[in-house]
Parts: sequence; structure tokens; C-alpha cells
Amino acid sequence: MAGMSVPSPAIEQAPAPVPAPLLICEHCDTVYRRRPLACGETARCARCDAVLERHQRLGTNAMLALILTAMLVFVEANVWPIVTLGLNGEKVATTLWGMILAMWHEDAKVVSVLAAATLFFFPLAKMIGMGWLLLFARKGQRAPGFRSLMVGLHYLHPWTMSEVFVLGVLVSIVKAHLYFEISPDPGIFAYAALAVLITIFAGVDLRQLWETLPEHATTEPTE
Amino acid sequence: MSALPRAHELGLIGCHVCGLVCRDTPMDDAACPRCGSALHRRKTASYARTWALLIAGFLLYIPANVLPIMRTASLGDVDDNTIISGVMELWNKGSPDLAVIVFTASILVPMTKFFVLTTLLVSARRGSNWARPQRAKLYRLVEFIGYWSMLDVFVVALLTALVQFGIFSLVAPLPGVIFFGLTVVLTMLASMSFDPRLIWDGRTDDD
Repeated sequence: MAGMSVPSPAIEQAPAPVPAPLLICEHCDTVYRRRPLACGETARCARCDAVLERHQRLGTNAMLALILTAMLVFVEANVWPIVTLGLNGEKVATTLWGMILAMWHEDAKVVSVLAAATLFFFPLAKMIGMGWLLLFARKGQRAPGFRSLMVGLHYLHPWTMSEVFVLGVLVSIVKAHLYFEISPDPGIFAYAALAVLITIFAGVDLRQLWETLPEHATTEPTE
Repeated sequence: MSALPRAHELGLIGCHVCGLVCRDTPMDDAACPRCGSALHRRKTASYARTWALLIAGFLLYIPANVLPIMRTASLGDVDDNTIISGVMELWNKGSPDLAVIVFTASILVPMTKFFVLTTLLVSARRGSNWARPQRAKLYRLVEFIGYWSMLDVFVVALLTALVQFGIFSLVAPLPGVIFFGLTVVLTMLASMSFDPRLIWDGRTDDD
């Protein structure tokens, strides 16, 4: 990295957490003293205007309820067909997995894998991971595998695309509408609901769990 | 020291994964004491990785646009669609609003990403003071819009699964859609590899 020289003292010391309540902007490295946020408040960086921290409106229980709802909707979105096309009395309906398999058989395996990952496996992993963490967080505990799950969810975050898929279904319906009779099936409503739920819990900052759940702790439930 | 001290001025380092604030250390392979991720002041090899992924993404974006992405066949009448011809079809057949959405997702967003990331890479490397807050905003914009480009890929996939009426009507994916899907993934990886802190690492601080 250009222009960065660190003086090297004789003893190499391991990095130690700073006890003061500090916060570093992820976008520009500006250091702030942290202060508690009031309801609805958002702290922004004075240098680059990125969001530093948001007040978390939802408690652990509310978040868990949200995740469980999302899981139910997710099952529905995957079981029910999404749309039905009709031509000369013949009808074809498909589900998400119908679409993934169709792409696989049509030799677009890359697309098939991308769709399976971003629309099925990643959202599923995200919901299960968050659900697991929150289930224990309710009791003020760190879930088994807490550390690797928190890191994993951090990397998984940008790769769930259910909301893009909802728009994709809309575009497909309009395109197919020109040539076929078309009827939306329950699956698409489940997807729309899922997109909304995922958008809500995308705003949930799980990082707070690092602080609210101390290591090796058997403390009282934190709110 | 400026009114807004930056981490390295105070001898601090923030974990990029969990946000823990640590005392800086000369160790090369330091790990975050809280989450175990590698601690670094800036993302590793940010310029090289971002350039590599961006150029690879751009190279794949060429066949993604030139090659057809979808074949529609009905009663022996075969029609191969490229990204842009799909947009024009939507426009002409009565849904200009959706045509605008697809155009934005498939053409405007990827082009914006190439343009913005190139600008950011060049200006940050030169240590430019020019329009820093605006460049920081542009980066966040690129991060936010990145994955919406996947729209056309999902449209092709869904139509392929649905339009299966034998000789009357068939839709099949063509290689263009694979290149396009890969472009989206590569440009997403490129914007993740870019370290926005570099925007502020110029020769002189402006405040």
C-alpha cells in the first residue's frame, strides 16, 4: 500500500482491542467516539457521509419472529408454482426449481448454478444462520459456531437476490403476455412477500451481537 | 491532527469483518481477536484485484452483448434475441416502462459500474483531492445497484422453463446469457475488492 509505513518496534505485539467505545467508519477509516443512538437515529460519517450505525428498532424476539415468517414464506415460494402459461389450451407452470433444472438441461449450467445459489441456497443459509444465532441470543448466549457464522453471514450478505427475481418474474410476465395467456400463481406472491421480508432484515445489523453477547457468557438476556 | 482523525493517525485498526477497533500492530498476519478474520489497514491488493476483475468483467461483457442471450422458436420460425433487441421488443410491443427497467439493469448499470470503478481506481491511485465526498457516494451507489443486473438472466431462465409448448413455441438460453451472468458476478467481486478508504488516502488531507 502506497504511503503507509508503520514503525516496527522491537517486540511484535498481537493486536489488542481498544477498551474505549470507539467506532471506525468502514468507508474512510475515520475514528469516532461512540454514543448511544436514540430511537430512529442514524449516525453518519462527517467525512464521507456513509452510515456508521443505525438504532436497532427491532429486539431479538422481533427479529427472530421475522426470520421465522421469512422461512415459512420461503417454503411457500419454493413449493408453489410461480406463473402458468397457456397456449391453445395447453398449460405450463413452473417453480423456482423447475427453472433451475430447465437451465441445467439446456446447457446453461453456469446460470443454473447462479440461480440456485442466489435464489435458494444463499437465502436459505442466511435465514437458518440468523435464526440459529438469534435463538441463542434470546437467552443471552452465543450460539455454537457463533464466530464462524457471524463471519460467514458477513460474506454472504451481498449474494442473495430474491428481490431481483421478483422483478424478473414481472418482466417475464409482460414479455410472455404478448403471445400466451398468463396467470400468476401463489408462488409469486410468496416471493414478493419474501422480498419485502428480506429487505427488512437486510437492515438488521447483526454486528451488535458481538457486543450484546460477551464471550463465555451466561448472563441475563440482553435486550 | 485534524478534527476527524483517521485510524492510522491514532495507531488504530478496524476489523473489516466485525468492526472491532484494535491497536495497530506491525505484525503481517495479525488476526482480529474477536472474529478471527485477517486484520489489515486496507483490503489486500485492492488495486490489482479490482483492476483484474473489472477488466475480466468488461471482456465478458462484450460477448454478452454481441451474442444472442435467448432463442424463441415457434412453428419453425426461429428468432435469436440479444440484450438490446430484447429491450427494443419490449419497447415496441407496448411496455416502454419495463423496457426502461431492463435497459437500466442490463446496460446502464454495468456501464456505470465499469465507468465509476475505473474513475475511482485512477483517481485514488493518483491521490487526487478532487470531489472526494462525491466519489465516496459513487462507490456506495455502485455497491448498491450491482446485483440488479442479474434481472435479464432470471428473465431468460424463467421464460426457458415456462415456454415449453413443443413445436408451437419454445424458448432456449443461448451463450450470451452465460457471459452476462459471469459479467455481473465479476463486477460485483470487483466492487467488493475496491477499498473505499483509498479514496481518502491522498497526499494531502483536505480537512
